[in-house]
Amino acid sequence: MVTAAQVWAAFEEIPDPEIPVVSLVDLGVIRSVDVDNGRVHVEFTPTFLGCPALEAMVRAIEGKVGELGAEAEVQVVNDDSWSTDKITAAGREKLREAGFAPPAPRLVQLQSQVHRCPYCGSTETKLENLFGPTPCRSIRYCESCRQPFEQFKTI
Amino acid sequence: MNELLLGLADDELVIGWRDSEWTGIAPMLEEDVAFSSIAQNEIGHARALYQLLTDDADALAFDRALDDYRCAPLVELRLLDWAHTIARRWLYEVADEIRITALMEELPLAAKINREEAYHRMHAEMWHERLRDEPRFRTAAEELWPYALGVLPPEQREALSARVGLPVVDAVERGSHTDELAPLWDEMTVVRRSAPTGAQW
Repeated sequence: MVTAAQVWAAFEEIPDPEIPVVSLVDLGVIRSVDVDNGRVHVEFTPTFLGCPALEAMVRAIEGKVGELGAEAEVQVVNDDSWSTDKITAAGREKLREAGFAPPAPRLVQLQSQVHRCPYCGSTETKLENLFGPTPCRSIRYCESCRQPFEQFKTI
Repeated sequence: MNELLLGLADDELVIGWRDSEWTGIAPMLEEDVAFSSIAQNEIGHARALYQLLTDDADALAFDRALDDYRCAPLVELRLLDWAHTIARRWLYEVADEIRITALMEELPLAAKINREEAYHRMHAEMWHERLRDEPRFRTAAEELWPYALGVLPPEQREALSARVGLPVVDAVERGSHTDELAPLWDEMTVVRRSAPTGAQW
């Protein structure tokens, strides 16, 4: 019989379809896992509502639970419970290593408006475009190391 | 409440389609990306709102007759120049903020939508600051103003007027459609109509 801990561990292996350096657990989109008689009930909170990867994430969750020999019931929760603050510390570090400036905590970001370069750590960066390759990213430019980089938006 | 949500969802769907018309042909690469992202978000919001009303969001979005859409005439207009396009984006985002924030307490989804809309507003406000003294932009905003009022119910129009700096006048009301919706409806629904059992790709 599969356990919730096994399901959580398996979800750590599901990459985000668009930023595969982080897993769904790193992203904080798995709100809960309950195992009941071999059925795995998963609450999933979308990141950005316009994200085209949402359905791929749900299918990946179902597939992963299937690999464990159980059946998944995925409930998509469209309330206001996900924000970029739900990204784990490990997830932020993986983003930064891959050249994505991780989203700052909401309260800090809204007050400071400081954005740090993920490559050299400088705060001398400027906004190039609010929108980037996906709705969750902006494009910034580092004046210190002269490197453009992607900034995960704080929401 | 359902009628309100349907109007909101239809607004988001149709403005998403209209904004996506700039994909590939916006005057700057950055705006190409911005308009495409905003359009994608708005359509995502439409889907989430439709899901409050039905189990099959696609069917609600695309299987209705033209007259059953509840969108405001503002979002239907096919705008071919940048001044009008930016004026509509700005007016729409200001109006949308008023109605979305008013819904946040009773509708958790509205709060989620509002987080994302913050970036649409920053984009619109950046353009508004840049263009507000340009005669072409002013003229466009004034032409679209009665349409913008029609996005909101009468009790929210004073707030919009205060934010935009134009007086409340007779609105182009929700409930009837402009001639410009029909060709858009035709385009939006063509896949569903030509493959009623569902398209696969």
